[in-house]
Amino acid sequence: MDIIISMCTSGLMIAPPIIIAALGAMFAERSGVINIAVEGIMTVGAFVAATVCVLLEPSMSSNAGWVAVIAAVVAGVIYSVLLAISAINFRADQTIAGTAVNLLSTGLCVYLCQVIFGQQRTIAFTTGISRIQSVPILGDIPIIGDILFKNVYPTFYIAIILTVIVWYVAFKTPFGLRLRACGENPHAAASVGVKVIRMRWIGVLLSGAFAGLAGAFLVLTTSIQFTANTIHGTGFIAIAALIFGKWNPWGCFGAGLFFGLSQALGTRASLIPVLNLIPSDFFNCIPYILTVIVLIFTAGRSVAPKAEGQIYDAGQR
Amino acid sequence: MLKKYEKIIIPIIAVILGLLVGMLILVASGLNIGALFSSLLQGATGIKAGSSLNLRYPGELLVTAIPLIFTGLAIGFAYRCGMFNIGADGQVIFGSLCAVAFALLVPLPGPLAAIVTLLVGGIGGALWAFIPGILKVKFNISEVVTGIMFNYVALYGCNYFIRILPGSTDTKTAEIPANAALKSEFLSSITNNSRLHWGIVVVIIAAILYWFIIEKTSFGYQLRATGFNKEGARYAGIKADRSVVLSIMISGFLAGLAGSMLVQGTFTWGRILVASEGYGFDGIAVALVGGCNAIGIFLAGLLFALLSVSETILQVAGIPREIAQIISSSIIFFVAIQYIIKFALDRFGKKKNRAVSSKKEAA
Repeated sequence: MDIIISMCTSGLMIAPPIIIAALGAMFAERSGVINIAVEGIMTVGAFVAATVCVLLEPSMSSNAGWVAVIAAVVAGVIYSVLLAISAINFRADQTIAGTAVNLLSTGLCVYLCQVIFGQQRTIAFTTGISRIQSVPILGDIPIIGDILFKNVYPTFYIAIILTVIVWYVAFKTPFGLRLRACGENPHAAASVGVKVIRMRWIGVLLSGAFAGLAGAFLVLTTSIQFTANTIHGTGFIAIAALIFGKWNPWGCFGAGLFFGLSQALGTRASLIPVLNLIPSDFFNCIPYILTVIVLIFTAGRSVAPKAEGQIYDAGQR
Repeated sequence: MLKKYEKIIIPIIAVILGLLVGMLILVASGLNIGALFSSLLQGATGIKAGSSLNLRYPGELLVTAIPLIFTGLAIGFAYRCGMFNIGADGQVIFGSLCAVAFALLVPLPGPLAAIVTLLVGGIGGALWAFIPGILKVKFNISEVVTGIMFNYVALYGCNYFIRILPGSTDTKTAEIPANAALKSEFLSSITNNSRLHWGIVVVIIAAILYWFIIEKTSFGYQLRATGFNKEGARYAGIKADRSVVLSIMISGFLAGLAGSMLVQGTFTWGRILVASEGYGFDGIAVALVGGCNAIGIFLAGLLFALLSVSETILQVAGIPREIAQIISSSIIFFVAIQYIIKFALDRFGKKKNRAVSSKKEAA
């Protein structure tokens, strides 16, 4: 029982960055831009968050974490401009531009670490974001309270709130409809007066904000400092979650949670009978293999945004 | 005039812009630009203040370049056939697992061992590439998505198998038999004891074959035609689905050979990887900067290898080594936005033409 609870607690810590980054990537992809660069933007977010946290902690103590989060969101937006301008205005191949943005992020962040801290990582911060010991009343519920409301990072609740907001914005507002139209049939959208270029910019910048946030949450909850390996593929797991969740906010949430729990299970598998026969390396593969399986089963049905990855050229019909 | 040389000019402009970005960042952080260029010079030749040419440096440069050229050829081949093989990274990892497992488990006599091990690595890469290929053909799933997913499956999955090979430690396998390796005392001795190995010959042969197959055979033409227009190719009697799968498998074979090179040449053992080493992603850079043709890829491979070997020298010179990575990723970025570079060149070209013609009129 203790193992299950500790696994869930750890899963609820790993999942929020995946969920949030997937939600962000959904905005970009729904607007028609493939965002391979989630990984890189998360790296920048994590670096900025860790750095701000280290620098502010002496003067602000526990609030430093939240200022760091805001800084990371801003940094994510700014960094995603690189992808937006190259993929939307300069007509770069979106996958190649995204790859370049990814490769640049690690180089740039570790370089800055060397300039600021004189080493290839940031200095360790002391708290980052702290856990909520127990949510009043809800924390007293047996089992469910232990799992969901005790010793949980607030990031998990923020992920839930963001999922609801994203669902509302993307599927219940005129803005969301227009954004999705740009990813399905940009020329039709343009013909009814939607500004496709602007919508795609908004989509990419929003995904930058979410990825920056996700990077900050990742480093401030699961680590004590930023290194080149802090993000370690989480951005790609988020893309997997987006596909696994069929480009839908609830799907992203479910898939992100599931991938988070499977990672947590992987690190504990050696303690659980039967499961300890499976090497932990294989647990790490689960998200990726499942995503490909889902793609096979949904093949032929149009779940992905139709115009995803296509360069929008107003002159082309 | 400009149009004709566009293929050469754009990569050169991208490289120059990339270096400029690196220089700007160095200036902004108050560091010495001169050290950047002296480190690059030292990385290529071993020449630094007070010392002369040291052939060990170009030797090591080639050692680093060999797998990069292979992944560059891999991605270039797929790209010419209309596919983006971002999964090359996984194919390198799986290829090197196959090569090291074969070399350790199947003893073969004499040089046969080296040749077969080499091919087994390639075949491993081809098999790993078969998955995105067949999924693309049968289910219309983008090879980019499957490629990315299978990069991670390869990274984590192969670590397990490396670990259970006989004689493996927590970080690497046992050393492969000497006759399965590509080590060359001759090449090493003429380059002042560098690790240079026979892989350099293999990569030259591969580059020539790449050129020959793509440019000179009807087989290569069929693969390219399919990538250009699948329906059109089908009407012309080409088995389009088969071409797609074959294209990415050949690409995977080349990536797998990069894996063999790491196992048989650079090291002589397999390694547990904590994170991807990025050979596949660097290959994207090499292929794009090289314009996806054999000579270009070869030269681009040397360029990126130079940036990579200079990292340590930079660090010693007091410049954060990551500047090399910043420069190489900026170069890819500028190649990616070549539309705007072409646009600027056209503008520039037109203005010049106009200036010339107005001068003529005036005369």
